[in-house]
Amino acid sequence: MELKWNKNNNGYTILYATALVVVVATALALTATGLKSRQQANIAIEKKQNILTAVHKTDSIDGRPNKRAYIEALYEKYIVEQYIVGEEGGRKEGDAFAVDMKTQYDIIRQIDAGNLDAARQASLRAALKLPVYVCRNDDGAYKYILPVYGLGLWGAVWGYIAFDDDMNTIYGATFDHKGETPGLGAEIATPTFSKKFIGKQIFDRGTFTSIHILKGGAPPDNPHAVDAISGGTITSRSVETMLKNSLAKYLPFLSPDEPPATDSLSGQRQSEVAIDSTNRQ
Amino acid sequence: MKLLTDPIHKNNPITVLILGICSALAVTVKLEPALVMGLAVTIVTASSSFILSLLRNTIPPRIRIIVQLVVVATFVILIDQFLRAFAYDVSKQLSVFVGLIITNCIIMGRIEAFALGHKPWPSFIDGLGNGLGYGMILIIVAFIRELFGSGTLFGYQIIPENWYIVHGGFYANNGLMILPPMAMIVVGIIIWIQRSIIRTH
Repeated sequence: MELKWNKNNNGYTILYATALVVVVATALALTATGLKSRQQANIAIEKKQNILTAVHKTDSIDGRPNKRAYIEALYEKYIVEQYIVGEEGGRKEGDAFAVDMKTQYDIIRQIDAGNLDAARQASLRAALKLPVYVCRNDDGAYKYILPVYGLGLWGAVWGYIAFDDDMNTIYGATFDHKGETPGLGAEIATPTFSKKFIGKQIFDRGTFTSIHILKGGAPPDNPHAVDAISGGTITSRSVETMLKNSLAKYLPFLSPDEPPATDSLSGQRQSEVAIDSTNRQ
Repeated sequence: MKLLTDPIHKNNPITVLILGICSALAVTVKLEPALVMGLAVTIVTASSSFILSLLRNTIPPRIRIIVQLVVVATFVILIDQFLRAFAYDVSKQLSVFVGLIITNCIIMGRIEAFALGHKPWPSFIDGLGNGLGYGMILIIVAFIRELFGSGTLFGYQIIPENWYIVHGGFYANNGLMILPPMAMIVVGIIIWIQRSIIRTH
């Protein structure tokens, strides 16, 4: 190709760069839009798989030829209800599955920082959405799965904790992370770590203790503590903080002595909690 | 033909030119991500060499590197998007390393050294050869690491279950194999073997 233009000319350089960028941007935008629905479907499937893992429903998934359809079917079968609760434990409008936990984490962090004026506090509290997934086991027992979200060493950590219907004993748990150190902090995503939570309790005679993650090992008779990951101290501590902060927001919903909020009870519970929170302030 | 076979053996980017080592250490714990990574790098080197060779007479010299980066980055993002849509599990395992293909020295090296001075078709073959040479080493390393580190190949159990000590056998997986230093050692051994072969010719 013979060019009449001088390639060192500024005009040529600018035109060339502009044209190149426009072509590239168009190509990328088209691809991203075209593939978006597929990518989101993948993310949704992964989320469903995580929720099912918390209630021990995914052991049979590996090696299945049609994994996606299988997960969808399992989710249909076991997750009988999903809803959003507010900070007072009462139900809220909305699609629980679509709630973005990072947004909720930011809201919680702002509320907990506590240096906001009353109007801002109130609007943040009103915006807070806490998803609850209800699983019905084959034997008819109900398990309540709550998502948790926090910051690890290198990035976000999150998980799903399933409770028995006493809302105290952990039935199962699963954790995942964005980029914790492989072999160390990343071990939180392994079943070896999450299995330690089974049977632990987050209330001690009615007082919220959450689950402590102890460096050097937890005594086996301590129902509120599990072993930390050796070499993953900061990640372990992050998981502990994540559990404490995320579950604390569910407290009115989890309250140990009462059954979980049903529709008929929720009005009454809200008023009780309203009294509680005035006392606290 | 020499363009295709040379970089696989005599001029292998990893073992002879010692390029692209970092990703070779990171993604070779299992065969599947290593294979996908090898393919991704091959596609990126081949297609960006081809495109840049087509453009080579028009590129303004003062923004030469920027133009190269834009083209390479475009292909990398395309690959990343496709992996997320069609091979989500693998894309999670590769995590940042797909994005880091942009900084893989093999690609810029081949564009600078070859594509900008040759016609599109030979450039394409050269990119293909270098990508395959890279992928081949990745697969060899991953094969050794997955077999001895996890006892599996492509996730399928190869070492019989009843060999393991926990099942009353005599065998245990080598935990060192799944850590990065072992990749370094394996690559080192491959380089040693390969160089002694090349020298004897």
